[in-house]
Amino acid sequence: MKGKILVLAAAAVFFWTGTALADVLENIKGKGYISCGVAGRVPGFSVPDEQGVWKGLDVDYCRALASAVFNDPEKVRFVPLTTTERFTAVQTGEVDVLSRNTTWTFQRDVEQGIDFAGIIFFDGQGFMVNKNLGVTSAKELNEASICIQIGTTTEMNVSDYFAAHGMTYKPVVFESADEATVIYDTGRCDVYTTDASGLAARRTTLSNPEDHVILPEIISKEPLGPSVRQGDPRWSKIARWTLFALINAEELGVNSQNVDEMLESANPNVKRLLGQEGNFGEQFGLTNAWAYQVIKHVGNYGEIFERNVGPATALKLERGQNDLWTRGGLLYAPPIR
Amino acid sequence: MSAPAPKTTLKTVPPSRLAALAGLANNPAFRSALVQLLVFAAVVAGLIWVVSTTADNLKRAGISSGFGFLGQTAGFEISQTLIEYSRSSTYARVFWVGLLNTLLVSVISITASTLIGFVVGVLRLSSNWLVSSLAAAYIGLIRNIPLLLQILFWYIAILMPLPGPRQSYSLWETFFLCNRGVILPRPEFHPGSWLILAFALLAVLSVIALVLWSRRRQRLTGQRFPTFAASLGLLAVLPLLGASLAGFPLTWVIPELRGFNFQGGMTLLPELIALILALTLYTAGFIAENVRAGIQSVDRGQEEAAAALGLRPGTIMRLVVIPQAMRVIIPPLTSQHLTLVKNSSLAVVIGYPDLISVFAGTTLNQTGQAVEIIAMTMLFYLTVSLLISLFMNWYNKRMALKER
Repeated sequence: MKGKILVLAAAAVFFWTGTALADVLENIKGKGYISCGVAGRVPGFSVPDEQGVWKGLDVDYCRALASAVFNDPEKVRFVPLTTTERFTAVQTGEVDVLSRNTTWTFQRDVEQGIDFAGIIFFDGQGFMVNKNLGVTSAKELNEASICIQIGTTTEMNVSDYFAAHGMTYKPVVFESADEATVIYDTGRCDVYTTDASGLAARRTTLSNPEDHVILPEIISKEPLGPSVRQGDPRWSKIARWTLFALINAEELGVNSQNVDEMLESANPNVKRLLGQEGNFGEQFGLTNAWAYQVIKHVGNYGEIFERNVGPATALKLERGQNDLWTRGGLLYAPPIR
Repeated sequence: MSAPAPKTTLKTVPPSRLAALAGLANNPAFRSALVQLLVFAAVVAGLIWVVSTTADNLKRAGISSGFGFLGQTAGFEISQTLIEYSRSSTYARVFWVGLLNTLLVSVISITASTLIGFVVGVLRLSSNWLVSSLAAAYIGLIRNIPLLLQILFWYIAILMPLPGPRQSYSLWETFFLCNRGVILPRPEFHPGSWLILAFALLAVLSVIALVLWSRRRQRLTGQRFPTFAASLGLLAVLPLLGASLAGFPLTWVIPELRGFNFQGGMTLLPELIALILALTLYTAGFIAENVRAGIQSVDRGQEEAAAALGLRPGTIMRLVVIPQAMRVIIPPLTSQHLTLVKNSSLAVVIGYPDLISVFAGTTLNQTGQAVEIIAMTMLFYLTVSLLISLFMNWYNKRMALKER
């Protein structure tokens, strides 16, 4: 709450004085690091490990940006933000980029003064229930109490889904997902709902994870993506093409291990990606080797996915929709040419 | 031998008016009024400037602004609504629902914490060592633990031992207790119910009349009347009389378990109970200290004199000490009440749907109208605070020493 007030006060002063924000890239180069807004307590997406090193898919995207700009993945400062203060923080320039498993929606894109860079994770909302309720489908949840986190698309989707199926529900809305999970664990709610990736992450923190089952229904489209402040086209394009570079690299078979050998590649697509051919980078204020730096330090999309949320991690997520279009997934990045 | 200077006729202000102006400029009352007017004008101009530049800049940043969003459909459910509300209601309705939920918690907690605070404050000064130590321990414990922790403590403490709705404790299959809350029968009113209400109102009015009459009678004749017992009787009998005249138009809907939850009853949410408990006990600790200070500010001679007249300790406290202590108690008591209302905004942590949760939380997030929503929310808290302040100041004036 105190943090919320601070952010809102900053916003009030900002909008009142109409601080002319200088060019974001110049600003970042001037201060020597990127401010990256993250969730901060979501395993697999953004969470500090035991040594206090930030880990996760959302975190690695910001490290990729830092690699593109500074050739150094460490030149990022992570700012944990709540769901309610995140947009204000990016609108006012408190963070340069918001990488906080945020769903891309019309209202946010059009009315919130932010630009989405693309889709880094295709997600969808699901339900988790205790096995002893004997529920096998979301359509059996009429009259159920549901633990929800405030200020998310989750709240709306539940309402829409229940109305569409002629059911009602009783919400218990918490400020943080942590509290919502703890209280769901006490049995106060029949159901816990959030994006499917979040359900997997949250189930690991329950007292008896095996007592809970994730229902098959996915009730919404949740295209999660990073966003930047509206009104700086150059920074917006850097954010967008850094994401595309990660996806294109995986498609072209370039990863952090073989990126140096790939410099010799005869494939013109690889050459253009790694800055060996053409002038793809200097047009937006970076070096031509920007994508090479990203892949060298952070890896391609597939590596980031496996490292943070893949089958070998606690989240155990399959690639599914988050696989390349060539393998039946939805990831498809425009070519660099 | 100089020529006489040509007479220049200066158009001067007649001396009388000049003097009047000078007098006005030196008049302290006029000067202070003028200064205040200028300051007020400057503040208003400043405000207008801030608001208009903010609006301009919001527009330039591509963020829509204005209060048009209040007419849009909310599209989400709320777990406790004191007025008619559904997902197809507007955001304006959400504002009122949240506002009433905040007021509900505040009113109940203010009343309860003031009562408990007074009792504990008096006990703190008891001559019985055990009693006063217990009161002191309560005050010490409560005042030194952050409120947020206490709210979470009560919430978890209430939820943990309670079973799910299917295994709930019940009393005659009518009242139920489980981790969904306390489920009670819901009264259903049929035509003719207004008579019960009218008689209840009549009961309250007659109690007030009775108290005034018995006081006057005591002042004039010295005879006492058993007011308390008579009042209770009136309050119980009159509404019943009204009900019987109307032919008992009231039925109770008994809750029953269907599917996940109870249908047909009234539910007291565990979030509401936890929040009221925490706010009440927390604020009572502070109020107890104010009461203790107030009582200690009354000269001991008053008590001794009253005892010499043969009054009993309880009566001394009620009629001699507390009325004089009130002058010291009221100002800090006012701030405790204000603090309580503002503290109720911690509700969002345990999922109670207060104004901050449903309006400055969910609504803000769905519409993105941060400036307007926070302004409305601030205005609400400011208004409530000012009203409490006004009332307490009026009460303070009434209780102040009458110097004759």
